[in-house]
Amino acid sequence: MAEPSINSTSLENKWMQIKRYSVLPGFTLASGFAITYLSLLVLIPFAALFLRVYQMSWPDFLQAVTAPRVLASYKLSLGASLAGALINMFFGLIVAWVLVRYSFPGKRFFDSLIDLPFALPTAVAGVTLTTLYSANGWIGRFVEPFGLKIAFTPLGITLALTFIGLPFVVRAIQPVLEDLEGEVEEAAACLGASRRYTFVHVILPTVTPAMLTGFALAFARALGEYGSVVFISGNMPMKTEITPLLIMTKLEQYDYQGAAAIALVMLLLSFVVLLSINMLQWWSGRRYVPR
Amino acid sequence: MCPAKATSVKQSATSDPWWTRFVLISIALAFLCAFLILPLLLVFSQALAEGISAYFRALKDPDAIAAIKLTLLVAMAAVPLNTLFGIAVAWSVAKFHFPGKGLVVTIIDLPLSVSPVISGLIYMLLFGAQGYIGPWLIEHNIRIIFALPGIILVTLFVTVPYVARELIPLMQEQGSEEEEAALLLGAGGWRTFFQITLPNIKWGLLYGVIQCNARAMGEFGAVSVVSGHIRGKTNTLPLQVEILYNEYSFAAAFAVASLLAFLALVTLVVKQFIEWQARRREDRAQQEHQA
Repeated sequence: MAEPSINSTSLENKWMQIKRYSVLPGFTLASGFAITYLSLLVLIPFAALFLRVYQMSWPDFLQAVTAPRVLASYKLSLGASLAGALINMFFGLIVAWVLVRYSFPGKRFFDSLIDLPFALPTAVAGVTLTTLYSANGWIGRFVEPFGLKIAFTPLGITLALTFIGLPFVVRAIQPVLEDLEGEVEEAAACLGASRRYTFVHVILPTVTPAMLTGFALAFARALGEYGSVVFISGNMPMKTEITPLLIMTKLEQYDYQGAAAIALVMLLLSFVVLLSINMLQWWSGRRYVPR
Repeated sequence: MCPAKATSVKQSATSDPWWTRFVLISIALAFLCAFLILPLLLVFSQALAEGISAYFRALKDPDAIAAIKLTLLVAMAAVPLNTLFGIAVAWSVAKFHFPGKGLVVTIIDLPLSVSPVISGLIYMLLFGAQGYIGPWLIEHNIRIIFALPGIILVTLFVTVPYVARELIPLMQEQGSEEEEAALLLGAGGWRTFFQITLPNIKWGLLYGVIQCNARAMGEFGAVSVVSGHIRGKTNTLPLQVEILYNEYSFAAAFAVASLLAFLALVTLVVKQFIEWQARRREDRAQQEHQA
């Protein structure tokens, strides 16, 4: 009789060590459900991707991820995402500045509309932007006479990716600008700095980490974006074919291995971007929070 | 100690001259109008381009009605499950300490950082005809890919993070003192949860659910991979937009798209309302603190 009870208390002690004693109930139920759910829904499917690539031979893998058509798609996806994120970084700073510092009619309305690209389904964004920028669209018809084509060119892809990434930069910079105390600027002015000098040497360094974080988030989102781009890109191989679309094409041809290989390269890319976001946050936290 | 003309220096230190304000506000508003307002207006104007009766005829089309029903069904399956998961994982992460907590939080965010196409792909690799479980499923006549279960599974996958991400920081911030007090006063675990925890997190929970729902109804890329695009059967609303658009029935495509755009606007309004509630509660807490 004594033995099992000793056993069960020592097991219980181990369990207590794992969850570090708390009076609240429900840890076993909640964490058990959550971890099973995550494993089934997220971990096992991801494992299938790694397993599929692992089963490929090295030359097959290299050939799948470095075919000329695939290389062209990396170049386009990276280039357009970078351009879109840069546009957003520039205009995002202005928009955030205006929304935090100035007052004008309709400010609340514009502020709440910033999140529209998060809320609007990507397919709707895709067909809308294509209609807007095509040769007889509301914007397209004004640039057409100048020989500028937007829809079905890399420029159109860049604009779609700008739309998708717009909230990231603005929402990253806004809280930092709100926390920036007027006293710091006053002090700079007292010490004889001009407004421009204050902006470049006081305000800009403070918002730079947030700006870069927003930039990286917008870039990462743009890299994987599919819905808003497929309509406006025209999808010409070697010219306007983004990497996610290429994965889709491979799948439609039942080339699961090729699709998995390209997907792995994209995963590695977004992993690098996410890692740099974490480094940025660590760097900015170290630099600005403790003073 | 500021120089003599203190007021004018202070003004120029923390505010900008009117022409700077004017130029910056103009740039910001022009950018927001071009990228957010024009697309939004375009959706509704294109939807009504052929008149109001054509608009309703497009929505009453049997395929459109089937798409609406399927989208609602998918959301009704995905949103409650992910809400339950969000609450369970937030309860374990925010109220307890256990090894591997950081890893759990990272895994929750994973679906947000991969391309929607990759989200669909990993399920194809598992359940597709050439996937790991696919042949067994075909043998037993179980349809997952190109059928409802597949659509629900990928939707679950892409919407995993939304509720959890809202609740974890919220519950961490609130701590567990109130729950501990309730337990000491003799309340049971469930009663503590329903009477203490749930009222405390209700606004964050609602916002998470709303975001989860918007994404579940609007997901395009991932669903597109696994749906098979069978008209009237496996077409959700975003896929219906794509099909109609590619068939050049623009007015009908935008009529369906207007439903999704309306959903996005409702999501934004609810978000504003929740933020307003939070601000009001903060003000009240401050007043009570002062009194």
